[in-house]
Amino acid sequence: MLAIKLAFKNLLGAGLRTWLNAFVLSIAYVVIIWHSGILEGWNRQARRDMIDWQIGGGQIWHNDYDPYDPFTFQDAHAPVPKKFQEQFKSGHLTPVLVTSGSFYPEGRIQSVLLKGIDSEQSILKLPTGSFQKHEDAIPAMIGTRMAKNNRLREGDYVTVRWRDAHGTFDAAEIKIVRIFKTSVPAVDNSQIWLPLEQLQQMLQMPGEATYFILASGQQPVEAGGWHHQGYDVLLAEMDEIIRRKSIGGTILYTIMLLLAMLAIFDTQVFAIFRRQKEIGTDIALGMTRSQVIGLFTVEGAMHGVLAAIMAALYGIPLLSLQAVHGMAMPEGMDDYGLAGAEKIFPVYTTALIIGTVILVMITTTIVSYLPSLKIAKMKPTDAIRGKLQ
Amino acid sequence: MENSELITIQNLVKHYPMGKNRFTALKDINLTFKKGEFSGVVGPSGSGKTTLLNIIGSLDSPSEGHIRILGKEIGSLSNKSAAHLRNHYIGFIFQTYNLMPVYNVFENVEFPLLLLKTSAKERRQAVLEALEWVGLSDKVKSRPKQLSGGESQRVSIARAMVKKPPVVLADEPTANLDAENSHHILQTMEKLNREFKTTFIFATHDDKVIQYLKRKISLVDGKVQSDERLN
Repeated sequence: MLAIKLAFKNLLGAGLRTWLNAFVLSIAYVVIIWHSGILEGWNRQARRDMIDWQIGGGQIWHNDYDPYDPFTFQDAHAPVPKKFQEQFKSGHLTPVLVTSGSFYPEGRIQSVLLKGIDSEQSILKLPTGSFQKHEDAIPAMIGTRMAKNNRLREGDYVTVRWRDAHGTFDAAEIKIVRIFKTSVPAVDNSQIWLPLEQLQQMLQMPGEATYFILASGQQPVEAGGWHHQGYDVLLAEMDEIIRRKSIGGTILYTIMLLLAMLAIFDTQVFAIFRRQKEIGTDIALGMTRSQVIGLFTVEGAMHGVLAAIMAALYGIPLLSLQAVHGMAMPEGMDDYGLAGAEKIFPVYTTALIIGTVILVMITTTIVSYLPSLKIAKMKPTDAIRGKLQ
Repeated sequence: MENSELITIQNLVKHYPMGKNRFTALKDINLTFKKGEFSGVVGPSGSGKTTLLNIIGSLDSPSEGHIRILGKEIGSLSNKSAAHLRNHYIGFIFQTYNLMPVYNVFENVEFPLLLLKTSAKERRQAVLEALEWVGLSDKVKSRPKQLSGGESQRVSIARAMVKKPPVVLADEPTANLDAENSHHILQTMEKLNREFKTTFIFATHDDKVIQYLKRKISLVDGKVQSDERLN
């Protein structure tokens, strides 16, 4: 208690120097929390978007289906099992049929995945309601990336070619009835979405599907020839990307912290050097060296406390504002291969804030303590006279 | 106890290493100090006055010999015990006042009592009393930079005396003061010596201080040359 009282008094007495140090350290607090919040928000958003646009509440795959091996698509299909009918009818499960094909935008040939999905599904955010009966062509929808890469617009007609269940090639014109914007490239790039029934007809696979998408919270039903894939598999790649992004975040975090600690360390070294006379006097008046070391350590550590208060004063309004309004991401992120929403909404968890405060306090205390150890080697008789050691 | 021996110094020697050689600052010092003495260790610069005072004050330890203060052997004290001794029983007055610049007068004088863990009420009472002794009751809120040299030294005296220690060590207390302030300081310390029977030991070469001493111990080249009662 005495050390805290004396330290606080000394800190306030140091005036501008204290506040400048505290301000620098507060910037470290705010930047670390902000950056971590952005990453957390980005990551949560990416997971959420993936769930909303691609994987739903989980998937049930045909046993032969491997999304990374197009050669499996030819055989990875089967009729919708009777056991799935109840969930299907209640809208808690939707089938998707997948096949490889080609399409010919502006006379060029492009490989593409043709995916058929129920136009009345509401599990994924895909605007399947846009599928309407078109007499002149098969309705299709594509993502904005697909549209941009192939210079397609809504209303355009494109020829697609596919191979049906009997191995026969066939072709037809499709009409782009909807171009949707999504942050999930996996439902956009090189994919054309068609009404399920239409694709089943094209492939001569009536009532068949390659995989099923479950609604959130739905329990998968067991059926022979099909197996369930949970988030642990479906989000594994995303989790790995997030993990790697976090490493970068941690590096930045660490650099920020080191810079702030350098400021505190330098301040402590300078303070001890400048206040040798005071240290000698403290010892002469009856403080033990340990008490003096403790005093300087607490003084340094209290910068962390002052910085936390400062950071709270300006950080809370700033970060709260951004959490509500989001941070606009630059256009053209896709060009760099970065998938992301137009706006990122940072997420500042209690664990992040408390963890950051604790981490900064601990590191501040350590870098305050280390230079204070020099006091143990000081000669008080020389220090009292102001003789520099 | 009247005239009890507070400090006993026997065959005290102090060496300092200087490269391969060593410098002997104090050579075979034998002295005793009784309660209520107003003594001074007098000598030119480099005679060992400050060294002797530092050892008496347990800020330094003897190389050879013994020194007992209030029954405690200085040479065998741990750092913690030495700090305890200084905290409870010894007051220091320094040549350059050594006031804490960030504390005001009250807080500077209060500092030793904080270390003694005295209650806030008792501290306040003691500090105001000490400031009254030195005539600075109106400067309670002033900072050291707002004080004159004489006022600063009086604050230093108040700080040394606030815990009413049996021993006060004053190292060149008038070195940075003019004649008028020097006399004022010395008169204050003389008054406190009479009132509280505090033993004052000075290290000085100032004639103004020597005038007030009741006992003059002359130190030359680390040796006691003479030890005479004055007045």
